[in-house]
Amino acid sequence: MGVGIKVNKLNAWFGKTQALYDISMEAPANHATAVIGPSGCGKSTFVRCLNRMHETVPDAKATGKVQIGDIDVYNGSSAVQIRRRIGMVFQKPNPFPTMSIYDNVAAGLKLNGFHNRRRLDEIVERSLQVAALWDEVKDSLRKKSGASLSGGQQQRLCIARALAVQPEVLLMDEPCSALDPISTGKIEELIFQLKENFTIVIVTHNMQQASRVAEFTGFFLLGKLIEFDKTEKIFTTPSDKRTEDYVTGRFG
Amino acid sequence: MPETLIPTEFAAAPISLWRRGMNLLATLVAAGAVLLVLLPLGAIFAYLVYKGIGSINWAFLTQTPKPVGEAGGGMANAIAGSVLILAIASAIGVPIGIGAGIYLAEYGRNRLGDLIRFTADVLNGVPSIVVGIVAYGLVVLTQGHFSALAGGVALAIMMIPTVSRATEEMLLLVPNTVREAAYGLGVSRWRTTLSITLRTATSGVITGVMLAFARVAGETAPLLFTAFGNQYWNWKINQPTAALSLQVFTYAISPFDEWHRQAWAGALILILLIVLAVSAVRIAANYGTLKGAN
Repeated sequence: MGVGIKVNKLNAWFGKTQALYDISMEAPANHATAVIGPSGCGKSTFVRCLNRMHETVPDAKATGKVQIGDIDVYNGSSAVQIRRRIGMVFQKPNPFPTMSIYDNVAAGLKLNGFHNRRRLDEIVERSLQVAALWDEVKDSLRKKSGASLSGGQQQRLCIARALAVQPEVLLMDEPCSALDPISTGKIEELIFQLKENFTIVIVTHNMQQASRVAEFTGFFLLGKLIEFDKTEKIFTTPSDKRTEDYVTGRFG
Repeated sequence: MPETLIPTEFAAAPISLWRRGMNLLATLVAAGAVLLVLLPLGAIFAYLVYKGIGSINWAFLTQTPKPVGEAGGGMANAIAGSVLILAIASAIGVPIGIGAGIYLAEYGRNRLGDLIRFTADVLNGVPSIVVGIVAYGLVVLTQGHFSALAGGVALAIMMIPTVSRATEEMLLLVPNTVREAAYGLGVSRWRTTLSITLRTATSGVITGVMLAFARVAGETAPLLFTAFGNQYWNWKINQPTAALSLQVFTYAISPFDEWHRQAWAGALILILLIVLAVSAVRIAANYGTLKGAN
């Protein structure tokens, strides 16, 4: 089951440059929340703060309160533990190039010390099925490298890999930006199904995509959250002039 | 006709004779450079075969040296000694070198890292005989006698900078997105480094290790007063040990024709052993590689 996300006064920096200013919002459980905004507005930084990936960049830091289910992300938990419960899919597909398809999906479990062969087989198959990749790869699970797949397949492999560790939240940082329309369609369909069991936060440059997959949308500009509301409201009757300008294509 | 930024006559112009000529010339120069790289190796190998093959026989590969004046005998103990010393050198030098390379690539983006890099580069330039003296002081004087261990330590010191810089460079080639993928799965940093980053860079790291290995395999100077040499069989790591390079050196500067012939044969065997070891490791490393892996 997914859990809700509550963000309160989140600030983030790269060295001395502030990237996020006092972000506060709530993403409800088992829904998809889209994050939109022009390039460089802090969308990616925002989702990377949710699972503390932000701090893996040298000199980067973040302050504020992020509550994901019962986890207080910036208080009392280790970053490694948090990331086991919050899956992440990146902008560019990044399978482990020297590992087989099977090992890619099993990596999160194996590297955290889970070695039950039969359970692993089940979880790998299930994750690949949920990611709608099973039929395409089932005959070459252990023979082919993850890097030998096409871009769209690689991204679904990365989704399967994230699902295999059974997270409660799935963060997607522009998961379709490197994909063709057919692969994009497959992944959007997938997001629809995943909502039943996960809470999804998806960063996207594509406003149609935001309106197709997400119930809630937040609009970021220059590191600030300008408006957060139901997706429909953001795209039809936004309350802020800047949001309106952006969604109608007047800038950005 | 829409206005174009690039003049159309540029695209339409036929490729001139001059350009085609330059293209051909550049290709020929590159091919010539390849030939010049291969030529010395080919020449050395051919000459070694020409001079040495006649003295290689079963006795040469199975017997210890005969005293001066007696015909026959071989370098079996030196072959074994070289294998022993190189095994010791690799056992010490490869883990330390790879460990240092990991530190430099993953944690060493700071002053200490710069210092280690500089030290490694200087160590790489230290004459091999000086490295031999260091091993003499460290091991031979402490133990009170020459040994295979002392030879191995000397060669290990020579391997470390090459292995560590190669490891560092190969790890830095692994895209950061691969590390992030592991972090995103809740894999700890040390685990990511060993199981993901190092694994992704394996083939490059192996190349670095083999370069270092091949380089020290033929070293003679650092062994002169560490392994010292031995006319008899020795398998103990704390006893003086023969090595092919030492044996070739001793035989080559002797006044006897028979020894000269054996020195050529020994040099040929040494090169063949290096080629064999490097190829075996390459084949073993490729064996597990998956279809489409890069």
